[in-house]
Amino acid sequence: MNKNISKEYDVIIIGGGATGAGTARDCAMRGLSVLLVERHDFATGATGRNHGLLHSGARYAVTDHESAAECIKENMILRRIANHCVEENDGLFITLPEDDISFQSQFVDACKSAGIGTEILDPDFARRIEPSVNPDLIGAVKVPDGSVDPFRLTMSNALDARIHGAVLLTQHEVTGVVKEQNRVIGVVLFNHERKEKVKYYAKIIVNAGGIWGHHIADLAGVNINMFPAKGSLLIFGHRVNKMVLNRCRKPANADILVPGDTICLIGTTSERIPYDQIDNMFVSRKDVDVLIREGVKLSPALTATRILRAYAGVRPLVAADNDPSGRSISRGIVLLDHQERDGLSGFITITGGKLMTYRLMAEEATDLICKKLSVDKQCETAEKSLPGAEKSEHPLSIATEKVYTGANISQKSAKDRHGTLAKNISNGDDYEDSLVCECEGVSIAEVKYAINELHVNNLIDLRRRTRVGMGTCQGELCACRAAALLCESSEKSGKAKDDLANFLQERWKGMLPITWGEGINEIQFTSWIYEGIYGLKPDNN
Amino acid sequence: MKKEMFEPFNSSDNNFEQCVKCTICTVYCPVLEVNPDYPGPKQSGPDGERLRLKDQNFYDESLKLCLNCKRCEVACPHGVKIGDIIQLARIKYSKKKPKVRDMILANTDIVGTMASTFAPIVNPIVALKPVRLMMDGVLKIDHHRIFPKYAGMRFETWYRRYAASKQNDFKKHVSYFHGCYVNYNFPKQGKDLVKIMNAAGYGVHLLEKEKCCGVALISNGLINQATKQAKHNVEAFKKSIVDKNMPVISTSSTCIFTIRDEYPHLLGVKNDEIRNESELATRFLFRLIDSGKLTLVFKKDYKKRIAYHTPCHMEKLGWSIYSTALLKMIPGIDFVSLESRCCGIAGTYGFKKENYKTSQGVGKPLFDQIESSDVDFAATDCETCKWQIEMSTTKKVEHPISILAEALDVEATVKLWQK
Ligand SMILES: Cc1cc2nc3c(=O)[nH]c(=O)nc-3n(C[C@H](O)[C@H](O)[C@H](O)COP(=O)(O)OP(=O)(O)OC[C@H]3O[C@@H](n4cnc5c(N)ncnc54)[C@H](O)[C@@H]3O)c2cc1C
Ligand code: SF4
Ligand code: SF4
Repeated sequence: MNKNISKEYDVIIIGGGATGAGTARDCAMRGLSVLLVERHDFATGATGRNHGLLHSGARYAVTDHESAAECIKENMILRRIANHCVEENDGLFITLPEDDISFQSQFVDACKSAGIGTEILDPDFARRIEPSVNPDLIGAVKVPDGSVDPFRLTMSNALDARIHGAVLLTQHEVTGVVKEQNRVIGVVLFNHERKEKVKYYAKIIVNAGGIWGHHIADLAGVNINMFPAKGSLLIFGHRVNKMVLNRCRKPANADILVPGDTICLIGTTSERIPYDQIDNMFVSRKDVDVLIREGVKLSPALTATRILRAYAGVRPLVAADNDPSGRSISRGIVLLDHQERDGLSGFITITGGKLMTYRLMAEEATDLICKKLSVDKQCETAEKSLPGAEKSEHPLSIATEKVYTGANISQKSAKDRHGTLAKNISNGDDYEDSLVCECEGVSIAEVKYAINELHVNNLIDLRRRTRVGMGTCQGELCACRAAALLCESSEKSGKAKDDLANFLQERWKGMLPITWGEGINEIQFTSWIYEGIYGLKPDNN
Repeated sequence: MKKEMFEPFNSSDNNFEQCVKCTICTVYCPVLEVNPDYPGPKQSGPDGERLRLKDQNFYDESLKLCLNCKRCEVACPHGVKIGDIIQLARIKYSKKKPKVRDMILANTDIVGTMASTFAPIVNPIVALKPVRLMMDGVLKIDHHRIFPKYAGMRFETWYRRYAASKQNDFKKHVSYFHGCYVNYNFPKQGKDLVKIMNAAGYGVHLLEKEKCCGVALISNGLINQATKQAKHNVEAFKKSIVDKNMPVISTSSTCIFTIRDEYPHLLGVKNDEIRNESELATRFLFRLIDSGKLTLVFKKDYKKRIAYHTPCHMEKLGWSIYSTALLKMIPGIDFVSLESRCCGIAGTYGFKKENYKTSQGVGKPLFDQIESSDVDFAATDCETCKWQIEMSTTKKVEHPISILAEALDVEATVKLWQK
């Protein structure tokens, strides 16, 4: 511990998931001085490993009224404040011959009482508006589901926090908590870039570490009972459905197909895992089987659709305080004031909930922080748009007006990804407009913008900001081009080879459980390029 | 409005996912080589399709620059139907309505009917400079273009008057799909075919009312009309092939390619019952000769140096070998191989003013090869390639069937089977 930084913040927030970034934004907008610390990169926890469903709440309507009501409220807010992160696709709850159709009316009633608009559709009509749906369906209900891009959402919150004066530190892991008697006063951080320890101090420390919050609380000497539930998903090569497809029955495994950007996702499985396994996100063959088997019941076209990747995340579920066995697990928002709960002041935990409800979680946490700091400011996050989502004077169609142009693809893709902020990406220049990532339409200009403005440390960060390498070829063509650009603009070019190897290794990890068919051809081809032509060796990783 | 809502925009046959992004197709695209505005087969085809399934606004009018030459498909090691994907995207997403000019160019048969009736008037008019400039300015048909001349007597008329009655004298029979070009512009090619087939012992019959194959309708976006004509033709083919056991042959590589492949792939018109028995005249003849069922005898004094150009659709069919092998059977032929390259015309594509530069750029390497090959004339199976090469080089172009007809010793050939 060689460094002592004397500046004291109002708040230090631990965790750069949606919850942490949202809380940083809210605190900063209310005028607090904020430091956000994240051990890896933004959205590397559950936030970057979920289903991306903008729940209408319908899924919970029958079983959990409170969550359902929360969802529909936040759903409407996110459509407004984060329109560039959200796709208003709508969803269908379909009844198949094997399901009990009488569930439908119970479902519709429950939705109504939670404030979720429903519309019962004739199966024939449902087949026509959503041609990918299982044609055997005997019932369908339309609900205001949607899709949300968690990377964009988190980054927009982080950007807005920065705009309001917050300081953001990625690659900084909390390894200790500094206490003074019964008060938490700071954190000890390990900087993974420089390999050194630093300390920062604040009046209030917020634990927004998701499932890792259990461990962070431990460091502070308090106990939170987390019950990690692993969920696996499969990414398909292209968008098969345009509406979210759900089964109209009690929630079960692999019964939601979410279209998101260029792909669609089937999920999820759900499996309790021991806490020491939360960093081991392995997808088993059994999981893959279940996902495919159940998925094709929603949309038979999936049988003929290429699978790009498999991945898993861990839900941060918390056991109720009065039941340490974990039998009654809350799916709702958990805000713990450790002063009241454990007699430890200056420390609060915000966890549970969903990606959907991150803003509400942030609001509740910030309300508590403001109360503690005696700051009297109202929350404005439900009204003020995130950067990129402001109403623009230039409608989106302008980008696509040019008639003959390959650049059309990169410009439109950039608008889809960055909303109005896409205006900061230079275009019109042949070189800058040319594509780094051909599958997802990421131009040189967009990569440069991300490197300069969006807090990028390495290729994997770059992927989360731009979708470089998320397409069908999984980095085959773009990884080396992106690496070259990153190299040009950062001084640490010596590390570029390792960075490239890490990136490809991470792509490979997601492909491993589903390697067959075209996928395997492509992987082989990728390895020829990188090992054969560029001489990348296994020991680069 | 309602109709749009029901359009199944997100259903696609998944073939584009076979693409492994090797980019080989991009190297073989003749348009990309000369026009950087074109995104190329990979981007327009498999990559673009994926984006269009996300949002149809990713459709880009630059896809109109595709010649539909299908050379990318021939090159693709993974069998991706790139050209089909591009054509289908144009059909599905293009919001631009075909212009009057496109209608005129596309309706080869109606315009042909009118024009050949008035051929003596039309030919001088189309050739007159002021008229050509008017077509350039108003219709946007490039003024460098010379329209193929319209013949005075249609092939069909000639056939009925002078050939039909003799055809039943033969023991074996085929039907002939002559296509618009033979009918309106160049009946000689049809006459040559009848001459050869008769010499080979086959009676030649016309289909019950053939309609234009529709290739130009497809490329100009007139899909409903194309589909109607396709269905009509498939029925007419069935009457010959299924009912009368008479295969259908054609002298146009483009017509036959369209009927065999584009009908099912682009128009969704099934042709399973007729596909195998619909083929090119040169392939039909070659196979007869190859299986020992036919021998052709050629004139001793026929001596020519010729260069064969492989039309794109022949490349895709993989059939140019039949035409070249037949030509090489003629003892007096000094055969020059040309590198297989697109000539750039692609049917009506090259006639459009906006495409002229691209079209000539694409064809240039081919024209240079022909010019420097010192041949008497060039040979090819496609009528639009013929126009393009004749417009762009000093050489004349003949169809292999016409060359055979010229070189054939009819009497000696007939004697071999008449005994
Ligand atoms: C399979 C699956 C599917 C899901 N689907 C949906 C869905 O469709 N819709 C929806 O709304 N919700 C969904 N969820 C729930 C949602 O993903 C989570 O509730 C939400 O992302 C939690 O966000 P968070 O910020 O609280 O936690 P996280 O995203 O996990 O953030 C915690 C962060 O803290 C960081 N961290 C950990 N330890 C330290 C440390 N010592 N120092 C510094 N930083 C640290 C981590 O790196 C991480 O970035 C799903 C969850 C799973 C697992
Ligand atoms: S069909 Fe021809 S012009 Fe069109 S993309 Fe393929 S190679 Fe290029
Ligand atoms: S040649 Fe075939 S596999 Fe290769 S990039 Fe083109 S379409 Fe894809």
